[in-house]
Amino acid sequence: MDVSRRGFLALAGPGLYVFFGVEPASAYQQEPNRLPTRQSGPIDFNAYLRIAADGRVTCFAGKAELGQGAGTVLAQILAEELDVAYESVGVVLGDTDRCPYDMGTFGSMNVPVLGPALRAAGAEARAVLLQMAAERLGAPADTLQVKAGVVTDAASGKQVTYGQLVEGKRIERHLEKVPPKPVKLYTVVGHAAARKDAMAKVTGRARYAGDFMPPGLLHARLLKPKAHGAKLTAVDTSAAEKFGALVVKDGDLVAVLHERPDMADHALELVKAQFELPPASVDDRSIFDHLVKTAPRPQPAGRPSGDVAEGEKQATAIVDATYLNSYVAHAPIETHTATAVIENGKATVWASTQAPFMLKPQLAQAIGFSPDNVRIVAPYVGGGFGGKTAGPQAVNAARLAKATGKPVQVMWSREEEFFFDTFRPAAVVKIRAGLNSAGKVVLWDSSLVGGGDREGRPFYDIPNQRTVSAGGWQGGNPPGMHPLDVGAWRAPSVNTNTFARESHMDLLAAKAGVDPLEFRFNHLTDARMRRVLETLAKQFGWKSAKGPSGRGVGVACGMYSNAYSATMAEVEVNRTTGHVQVKRLVSVLDVGMALNPDGMRQQMEGSITMGLGYALSEEVRFKDGAVLDRNFDSYSIPRFSWLPKIETVLVDSPENPPLGGGEPPIITIGAVLANAIYDAAGARLFQLPMTPERVLEAMKKG
Amino acid sequence: MERTISFTLNGRPASVKVDDGRMLLWVLRSDLGLTGTKFGCGEALCGACTVIVNKEAVRSCSTPVKDVAGKHVMTIEGLGQNGLDVIQQAFLKHNAFQCGFCTPGMILTAYALLLKTPKPTEEQILRHMEDNLCRCGSHVRIVDAIQEAAGARGGV
Repeated sequence: MDVSRRGFLALAGPGLYVFFGVEPASAYQQEPNRLPTRQSGPIDFNAYLRIAADGRVTCFAGKAELGQGAGTVLAQILAEELDVAYESVGVVLGDTDRCPYDMGTFGSMNVPVLGPALRAAGAEARAVLLQMAAERLGAPADTLQVKAGVVTDAASGKQVTYGQLVEGKRIERHLEKVPPKPVKLYTVVGHAAARKDAMAKVTGRARYAGDFMPPGLLHARLLKPKAHGAKLTAVDTSAAEKFGALVVKDGDLVAVLHERPDMADHALELVKAQFELPPASVDDRSIFDHLVKTAPRPQPAGRPSGDVAEGEKQATAIVDATYLNSYVAHAPIETHTATAVIENGKATVWASTQAPFMLKPQLAQAIGFSPDNVRIVAPYVGGGFGGKTAGPQAVNAARLAKATGKPVQVMWSREEEFFFDTFRPAAVVKIRAGLNSAGKVVLWDSSLVGGGDREGRPFYDIPNQRTVSAGGWQGGNPPGMHPLDVGAWRAPSVNTNTFARESHMDLLAAKAGVDPLEFRFNHLTDARMRRVLETLAKQFGWKSAKGPSGRGVGVACGMYSNAYSATMAEVEVNRTTGHVQVKRLVSVLDVGMALNPDGMRQQMEGSITMGLGYALSEEVRFKDGAVLDRNFDSYSIPRFSWLPKIETVLVDSPENPPLGGGEPPIITIGAVLANAIYDAAGARLFQLPMTPERVLEAMKKG
Repeated sequence: MERTISFTLNGRPASVKVDDGRMLLWVLRSDLGLTGTKFGCGEALCGACTVIVNKEAVRSCSTPVKDVAGKHVMTIEGLGQNGLDVIQQAFLKHNAFQCGFCTPGMILTAYALLLKTPKPTEEQILRHMEDNLCRCGSHVRIVDAIQEAAGARGGV
């Protein structure tokens, strides 16, 4: 679904176009240690940047700005390679007509995958511009200097700007294997940079999908089934029509439309609908037995080692446990929203989506358009966290725009957001582990059900281990296994699997009578993880003690997308109410070179804060296909009073390739709080979230 | 009941002929085109729709437009219209937002706090901001920004 070169050129207007013939990986050929570990395949470089006649640079990327600062770090990379002022770089994101193809904004891939491609693009453009400047100034290219987009020949003192070089011209020069700028010369990347979205966001001028209101816009509200699996048997829309709403019935889609959004809400209340409800099935308490019963045949998760039967023989103590977590909602503050306009056979849809290029063909198919006639724009998106990967609201907006011949906006209510969400799956993790007489883990036999296999295999040195996984967040589960839709939720699989693994390591440490940090070191040879933990212990002021010590401190570590993350926490448990107050949380992250250190810290703080929710309060209540949580009164997300003192440390790791940091810091939060609660109260929690009721129950069990 | 409701909006007179039971949020967004005020929950549970009415932070999603007749309403568009307010400057300086969707509501809720309590303690800030939700987890920076703005305003 890539933008054709011709299409791109026609849209982008006059300016400099630089064509590249190098594969992304070659950007790192000069520095083989920096090879990125994942590639999304060849990327057409020429679409990534434009230098206008006034010297301003525009960076084009198919990513969405979800708040993670995508536009800021991409502008930093491009400014660095081109040697232009960071302030002169603008960004155009998430527009399928103007930006090169991008798979989607997820998996912490912006920096590790797109970063190298953009770096190569910038380096090549700079080399072409220098060649042009050399011709203009009559001096050899390698004697020229560039600063802030101005090329200077030191010998003659003559200067020419990038803007002057490209003015009125279209240059299709091509250079191969231009090395990117050596990292040691960086002045922009790796330093703080003003966020590109800042001014728009503090003034209210930032436009989200619902802020596009073309003339003639109708606001649509959609009839929602009472439960997943319910069938609409009868609908009477006469009262809504009488009220003045337009009604569209198109197969499964029943919508009322009005030029005022709140009038459309009212019209929807006037619709009388009858549903045949699905038979009684499963609820948020019986789900765990249900998952185990309905799970498909388990598959190996990661490479087994040794022989678990041998591990059983060597073990002198066995620790068995089962860990549970409930469905968790994404709950972005911006509900799924889209505004669709169809004009002259072309559909333009502004949608809150993390994956505009994935949405484009789906939406085209739904309205019977050629994908060439569909343009998706992801404007500012009000939070995604994995929940805005698909774009069903955009498809409905386009269907309704086609049906009515008018621009249509669909904005989910909060109740719809909680109903149609693709939740983080409920999951069951069983672990059987054994210690030998020397206090070493010699057996690890675990089964992951429902949540997925990522990072399911422990990274600890355990000679005999096996992990299997059945069902997950990616789909392909047996029908009915997950009664609610499931999908990616910030670091999919890994919050669940880290909670289980790191809780179990703590149980084993207590069994062995060893301090939990020391116990981890005893099973770790990975130098980067050891360094992260050492840094963490120093920052936190960890004092060795075997658990439970009564101090309320805990440790947990984990990996995600090759990044290393470790956390220590101090909690206070109210023994009367079961309420947990997190007093202090220290997070250490190794993401290789941090391209935007303050942006990374924002991701760490955000991950920690969001993580408090899945750890302590968030679970979706449901019964027989109906979602019982409808708004933020019953579904409780973190608030100001929950805040611990947060400390973030980035391990200086410039020798390693840069990685995304939006997900790794959240993975340890469930585990670190479970371990700190255990240390405080001697109560082991095996289920997330660790609500006051569950804490009290665990304390009773001792 | 459909009637004309007049009020002061961002310092200028405004009049809308509407059903007076409609919620202010939708009149601002849809009838008046001021989209800086956001819908988040519709039940005064998240604070994304916060506006200032006669110096108080108010949830516009649950405030009928008739309630603001004759009053002074300020939205995020009004706060910065004569140059950024100190609270906006502080949010900028601290990068006290990520996705930005809750930001107008956060800024205006904080603005109302500083009007009443120019030098709030951290405890007062937390309590005042408690019912404004942020899913990205910018809370720490928002508190820092409010403290900075309180200092910059010099207690005036």
